[in-house]
Order: sequence, then structure tokens, then C-alpha cells
Amino acid sequence: MSDEGELDLRSLNDEELTQQVHDDLYDGLKEEVEEAVHILLERGWTPYKVLTEALVEGMRIVGIDFRDGILFVPEVLLAANSMKAGMAILRPLLAETGAPRLGKMVIGTVKGDIHDIGKNLVAMMMEGAGFEVINIGINNPVEKYLDAIAEHQPDILGMSALLTTTMPYMKVVIDTLKEKGMRDDYIVLVGGAPLNEEFAKAVGADAYCRDAAVAVETAKDFMKRKHNLLAASA
Amino acid sequence: MTFVNVKPSEEFEFLNGQGHVLLIACGALAREIVDLIETNRWTAFDVACLPAKWHNTPQFIVPAIRDKIREAKGKYKSIFVLYGDCGTGGLLDKLLEEEGVERIPGPHCYAFFSGNDAFKRREDEDMTSFFLTDYLARHFDKLIWAGMGLDRHPELLPMYFGNYRKIVYIAQTRDEELAKRAMAAARRLGLDYEYRFVGYGELADEMKSRA
Ligand code: B12
Repeated sequence: MSDEGELDLRSLNDEELTQQVHDDLYDGLKEEVEEAVHILLERGWTPYKVLTEALVEGMRIVGIDFRDGILFVPEVLLAANSMKAGMAILRPLLAETGAPRLGKMVIGTVKGDIHDIGKNLVAMMMEGAGFEVINIGINNPVEKYLDAIAEHQPDILGMSALLTTTMPYMKVVIDTLKEKGMRDDYIVLVGGAPLNEEFAKAVGADAYCRDAAVAVETAKDFMKRKHNLLAASA
Repeated sequence: MTFVNVKPSEEFEFLNGQGHVLLIACGALAREIVDLIETNRWTAFDVACLPAKWHNTPQFIVPAIRDKIREAKGKYKSIFVLYGDCGTGGLLDKLLEEEGVERIPGPHCYAFFSGNDAFKRREDEDMTSFFLTDYLARHFDKLIWAGMGLDRHPELLPMYFGNYRKIVYIAQTRDEELAKRAMAAARRLGLDYEYRFVGYGELADEMKSRA
């Protein structure tokens, strides 16, 4: 049997294997990513370490090249699929081993819009970073957001829109939160390709996030501030 | 009884470089624009098209239109932009305001072909519709199927179109060949199919008022 071009992942040391996961994620090679996750776990890596150093870091690199126009939507989707497969292996283990929990997020695409690739990617990267994520899907009217908030009591509300015609709906949701006196109970993050910082400010969101990596960093930042505030007022 | 004898020599052929109004347009509208110009024998226009493939990467659109406007200023009596917002999130309108140039109203070509108000009225009903224009029906394989990587990775289909119910072919011209293509596209995506003839919609009106 010739296995030319086929790499025996087990022959790699930890560092090489991590690098290989990054490459395989980049190339959207789902089976290879799954196998590498299993091998790293066998070698005694904690699920959390596999998640952050192999998967999340790999996906971060994909995100950078997407932003810079080197990768396009199909490649990002394939990479996301591979990461999802890796996370499916890790998720039950993470629950058992008690990985850090940074906070909770409800995320959904706004009413009138059924684009969800970017929103799902953000949900996955947030989960990878240690947030509990409740993904309420697409075409969400304000009632759906309110129901999810009431049920899950998140720290963060995330809204996504890809259409110029649907992005103004974010203001409807935020204004409703204001009317109900709930706006300041939540960190509101917004995103989607046609948005920008100015828009986020105009609708009264806390921040606009250009991509999933920025979303993770921004969410972490706000959580830190929230904890500091709580500590100061305690 | 008199016959109007339209000989080939009397057909009107659009030639760039003679007009005094520059239309800066998305390449996806080129055929329709030229057809309107020739049918109506408009002599006012020159046309500069930008690559239609930027549909999938709208961040390239605004800088390119800016360059075209700057290049054209002084050379034309007026400039008119035939682009929807196209996912530039208002940045196109901001640029046009700075440059003092107008564009056809509407968020995208599906809306101005259908008529912006009519499109809005059907928004709820069309929530799960994916639109094909003549252009997209003609270039479905390249722009959508290959453009979204479905030729190489058909397994991505549910991630793209899992939330969609039907293809709505909003036709600009009555062309059976294109309708067949649109139908085939729907079959390939595993979606229902609906045909609506909308013609050139507000593209025709907007051009006429500047001709
Ligand atoms: C893929 C795509 C589709 C897919 C959607 C598949 C799916 N399941 O989502 C398909 C082909 C089905 C589609 C359909 C349509 N689309 Co579309 N689509 C795109 C495209 C090419 C890419 C969007 C994408 O997925 N990008 C990849 C992801 C990873 O990036 P992202 O979404 O920007 O998300 C990142 C950030 O924005 C951010 N982010 C996103 N959400 C959130 C949320 C939070 C809380 C945070 C913090 C961050 C964040 O992080 C993400 C990850 O890094 C864009 C063009 C573009 N480049 O934006 C057009 C685009 C958005 N579509 C457009 C249009 C018009 C449509 C259709 C109407 C077309 C049609 N022929 O019918 C339909 C929509 C119908 C409907 N009823 O809604 C237009 C919108 C124009 C406008 N004026 O608004 C665009 C801009 C294309 C264009 N130039 O015309 N589309």
C-alpha cells in the first residue's frame, strides 16, 4: 500500500501535531482534525488545552486570512465544519473536566434576515473561548430575543445582520430593552459584514465586532469590566 | 399603409465614448443597460462597468466607484451610479454624498428590478426565497454553484441553502432558455421554483429620466 502524501499523525510530536491541526483546519480536512484531537487527548492533553491551542488557534488563523481576502466563504465554512467536528468530541469532556466558564451569550440573526454563516461562526468561537452560547437561529423578532433573555439570563446579547434592509432592526431590539429598563443589564454586541462602528453606536449597542476573533476579545473585555464593577460595588 | 422597415443599418448600436452622462454600473447589469440604451436609442450615455463578481466581496465596490468617479469628473456633464447599496452598509451612499453623485434607489438589484415598494411589500412572503435575475440564471454555475464552492464541496449545500424554500426567478426578459436554466438551478439546490416576470423595473425608469 502506498501512502504517499498521507501523513501519519502519530509520528508527529505535540508541537508538530498542533501545527498540523492548524493546517488541516485551514484546509478543511475534517477527518484529520478529528483524528488529531483524539491523539492529543490520548497523550494526556486536557480537553481545554486541545480546544484552545489546536482548534481555536487554528480557526483564528483562518479568520485572519478571511479578513485579508486570502480565504473566501467556502474555505471558511469547511474550516468551521472541521472545527465543529473537533468540538463535538471535546464538548462532553469539557463539561466533565470543568473548563473555565467566562459568561453566557444569547446570539441570533435579526428579523427578516436568514444569513447565518457568520453568526454561527461567532457562536462557535465564543463557545471555544469558554462562553456558554445559546444560538437562537435566524429571523428573530424582538419577542424571541426577549424570551431567550428571560429564559437564559445571559451576560451578552449578540445580534447579526447581513442585509442593509435588516440591520436597522437591531435598534428596535435595543430600544425595546431600553423601554423595559433592561438595556444596562446586558452587553450588546452586533456584527455582520455591512455594519460598522458608527452604526453600532447609532443604534445603541456596546460594540461592533468585525469578526469572530474580535467578538471573543471584546466579550472577554466587557466581562472583565463587569466583574471589576461588581467587585467595586460589593 | 406604410411599413416601418428596420434594416440592420438602421438598428441602433450602442458605442461607448460618445455620451455626456456616465453610468457607473455593476457588471451584472451590463447586458440590461445596453439593451435599454439600444431599444430606446438613447445617445446620452457612456457606460463603465465594474466586476460583477464583487457581489460576493462588497468591500471592493466603494473604493473602485470612488476611483471611477474621480477619473470621470470634468469629462462628463453628469455621473449616475447603477448599483444598489449591495451590502456596503451605507458606505456607498456616504461616498456618493461626498462626491455629489446620485444612484438608483434600492438596497440591491432584486429590489429595483421588482420595484422597490413591491419588493418590500412581499418581504415576509419572500423571507425564504432566493432570487435569480437573468444575469444570475445565466451565470448560476459560475457565480453561485462554483462561487460558493459547491462544485468542489456539494456537502456545503445545507449550510448555504438549508433555510431556503424556493428559487424565485425574477425575469428581465421572456427567455425560455433562461427559465429552463433557473429551473435547473432550483432542482440542483433542491428548492421549489417560481417564475415572476418583472422586466427592467426601476432600472428603465431611472435611466429614462437621465437620458
Ligand atoms: C454567503 C452569502 C449568502 C448565502 C447565505 C447562506 C447562509 N446560510 O447564511 C446565500 C447564497 C444563501 C445568500 C442569500 C442571499 N443573499 Co447573501 N451573501 C452572502 C455573502 C456572499 C457572504 C456572507 C457570509 O456568510 N460571509 C461569511 C461570514 C463568515 O462572514 P460574516 O457573515 O460577515 O460574519 C463575520 C462578521 O461579520 C462577524 N459577525 C457576523 N455576525 C455577527 C454577530 C455578532 C453578535 C458579532 C459580534 C459578530 C458578527 O463575525 C463573523 C465571523 O468572522 C454576502 C456578501 C458578503 N461578503 O458579505 C452576501 C450578501 C450579504 N447577500 C446579499 C443578498 C442580497 C442576498 C439575497 C437577497 C440574494 C438573492 N439572490 O436572493 C439572499 C437573501 C435572501 C433572504 N431571504 O435573506 C447581499 C446584501 C445586499 C444588501 N444591500 O444588503 C450581499 C452583501 C451580497 C451583495 N453584494 O449583494 N447569501
